[in-house]
Amino acid sequence: MNFALDLNSVWFILIGILFAGYAMLDGFDLGTGALHLFTKTDQDRRIMLNAIGPVWDGNEVWLVTGGGALFAAFPEVYATSFSGFYIAMMLLLVGLIFRAVAIDFRSKQEMKWWRQLWDVSFSVSSILSSLLIGVALGNIAWGIPLDARGEFIGNFFTLLNPYAIMVGITTVALFMMHGAIYLVMKTEGELQSRIRGWVNNTIVFFIICYVTTTMATLLYVPHMSANIKANPWLFVVPLLNMLAVANIPREIHHGREFRAFLSSCASMIALLALFGIGMYPNLILSNPEVANSLNIYNAASSDKTLGIMLIIAALGMPMVIAYTTSIYWIFRGKVKLDSTSY
Amino acid sequence: MDLELLSRVQFGLTVGFHYLFPPLSIGLGLFLVIMEGTYLKTKNELYHSMTRFWVKIFGLIFALGVATGIVMEFQFGTNWATYSRYVGDVFGSALAAEGIFAFFLESGFLAILLFGWDKVSKRMHFIATVLVAFGAHFSAIWIVVANSWQQTPAGHHIVGTGDTARAEILDFWQVLFNPSFLDRISHVFMGCWQAGAFFVLSVSAFYLLRNKHREFAKASMKIAVVIAVVSSLLQLVTGHSSAHTVARTQPAKLAAYEGHFPAEAPAGLYLFGWVDEENQKTTGFEIPGFLSFLVHWDSEAPVTGLNAFAEEDRPPVNIVFQSYHLMVAIGMLLILISLMAAVKWKLGSLFTTRWFLTVLVFSVLLPQLANQLGWFSAEVGRQPWAVYGLLRTEDAVSVSIGAGHVIFSLILFMLIYTLLFALFIYLLNEKIQKGPEGIETSEGKLAA
Repeated sequence: MNFALDLNSVWFILIGILFAGYAMLDGFDLGTGALHLFTKTDQDRRIMLNAIGPVWDGNEVWLVTGGGALFAAFPEVYATSFSGFYIAMMLLLVGLIFRAVAIDFRSKQEMKWWRQLWDVSFSVSSILSSLLIGVALGNIAWGIPLDARGEFIGNFFTLLNPYAIMVGITTVALFMMHGAIYLVMKTEGELQSRIRGWVNNTIVFFIICYVTTTMATLLYVPHMSANIKANPWLFVVPLLNMLAVANIPREIHHGREFRAFLSSCASMIALLALFGIGMYPNLILSNPEVANSLNIYNAASSDKTLGIMLIIAALGMPMVIAYTTSIYWIFRGKVKLDSTSY
Repeated sequence: MDLELLSRVQFGLTVGFHYLFPPLSIGLGLFLVIMEGTYLKTKNELYHSMTRFWVKIFGLIFALGVATGIVMEFQFGTNWATYSRYVGDVFGSALAAEGIFAFFLESGFLAILLFGWDKVSKRMHFIATVLVAFGAHFSAIWIVVANSWQQTPAGHHIVGTGDTARAEILDFWQVLFNPSFLDRISHVFMGCWQAGAFFVLSVSAFYLLRNKHREFAKASMKIAVVIAVVSSLLQLVTGHSSAHTVARTQPAKLAAYEGHFPAEAPAGLYLFGWVDEENQKTTGFEIPGFLSFLVHWDSEAPVTGLNAFAEEDRPPVNIVFQSYHLMVAIGMLLILISLMAAVKWKLGSLFTTRWFLTVLVFSVLLPQLANQLGWFSAEVGRQPWAVYGLLRTEDAVSVSIGAGHVIFSLILFMLIYTLLFALFIYLLNEKIQKGPEGIETSEGKLAA
């Protein structure tokens, strides 16, 4: 891998950071949604919802901004993937819409059927959204058929290959683990000790998926590890990944939930870094016609736009990080149900 | 059915539905700032309950705005991929800037607005309200920048030819302050304030008619009347200025607004009418020479008509004519209603005239309708161009999707949006019926 730090590569990294931010933040509330139906009482479900209440909306903005940045920096990738994954994208939209309204509507009525309906909707749409995001990533890594103009020439069923589905399931497992760890942080008492049990189960689930996906990648998607083979020092990334995952049960065992959460974040960053390293400098791999792939040069906006965007990001992101941090600080601590709760 | 048409219908439907909510949240945002500011200044608990009540409604509207807004961003890529490839260099940065500068701000501080009453000081809560309202306005600015650039492209050049041609940025400030941006954003802001003001008027009038929450309703109404009068009158100014710019920058659209066919001739202004597109004739009630006067300050000066454009470069005329005229008519009606409200307030009969309160209850629909019609005439009037003069709509659609894809998603959206709308109305009604908390019992104390 020849790594040149030009504007195109900077934007490759910045888009990666935006999506890593999205995974770390929305990841735990998608995971919370996936775990939602494991709680049975209304009280517990409300606590689950209120754990993510003030922040889930802001978390989703990372996706919106990531999408916008992709549009601006690599319009060809945005156009090819969004139109190529049409049905999947529409289902993702449905997932995100139902999730948003389920969170918002669920506790507004007392009726049992009403709450049950939105509970199911919240959980199913969270799982569906995570799965689809993962399947999209899996397809990008596996490669999709593109023509010389960079247009997708497959169909919906092209996207349902076993490898992509495997990555999708791994993503669900990862978010569930991440969500469970977050919930341990936000809950107390009997509910918390039950969630502790989930953390262990989700870690097992995630590790099984992770190992399977890694083996499948090594065997069937060798191009994803080519850059690491060429630059052995990069092996530190999967190593850090494994250490971060292994550290989670240790921190949970010692009751250090926040450190477990940081470990989980670190493992997510490492996973996305692995993905990025595997892809670089490609953004969407064309399979079978590799020559038609979209990379950070043939799919990018002009240097002028990339430069302007860099200024926008340099001005905006410190502010975003500052107030995101303050909002998490304001809503720190265990969830208490009160008059402003869901 | 044809892919372009289906994609346009879907885009129209999803934008139209989305556009019910942001104007309300932008308008209510301003209202919240005034109310909570008054509370901090006067320490009057009435304004505290008012803020809490309207924040709840704001939260509901905001949530639907977010849920439906993300569809827009996706659709540029899913349905208009060729458009996205063409404009990404220019248009994408405005969308990204909206996310980074405005959307994070709004949704972050909304958390404090909704859940932070007991977590932060009153001052801090007020600051959050100001930031959310500011973020909502700022969000609109970036979206309108993007849309205005589509209408009046500037600050770019075209690179490449055929299906690899695309617009690349030359001057960011020219893109930002493209010829129609300032007119458009001021027109949009006033539309949003009107939406917010008439919403508050409607709910308050409803309480007065039911003889409930009287002090709450009166205080809310007073603020709303002021915003309604200011925004409705200013809307006349921004509307005129917008039409003036359209005449200069998109003459075919203006000609369609007014059903004006002769290539070069003085033009009258129709108050209402019908356009016979086949025979290129408009009939209706016309003030001769008045359009020429409005555009050139000279009733004899010629105005470019539709015949100056090749047949394939003209927008569908009658539908644009009708939606535009209906919008203007509603704008006038809104001025009338808000001035009447102001006069009745002065005379002391605003809170007691039952028929007028009934008018106010239903008036909530008018700004919504005008916003939809205005957006509709602006966008349909731009046809057949996706980017005015540069990229035709028929060339802007995705090539890797089929009509079947869009029929599937269109049906999906129709079902979901019907459900969402029903739920929205149901929950909104619940909140309104329930009313503000802690006012009914302490009414006497508050009044004193």
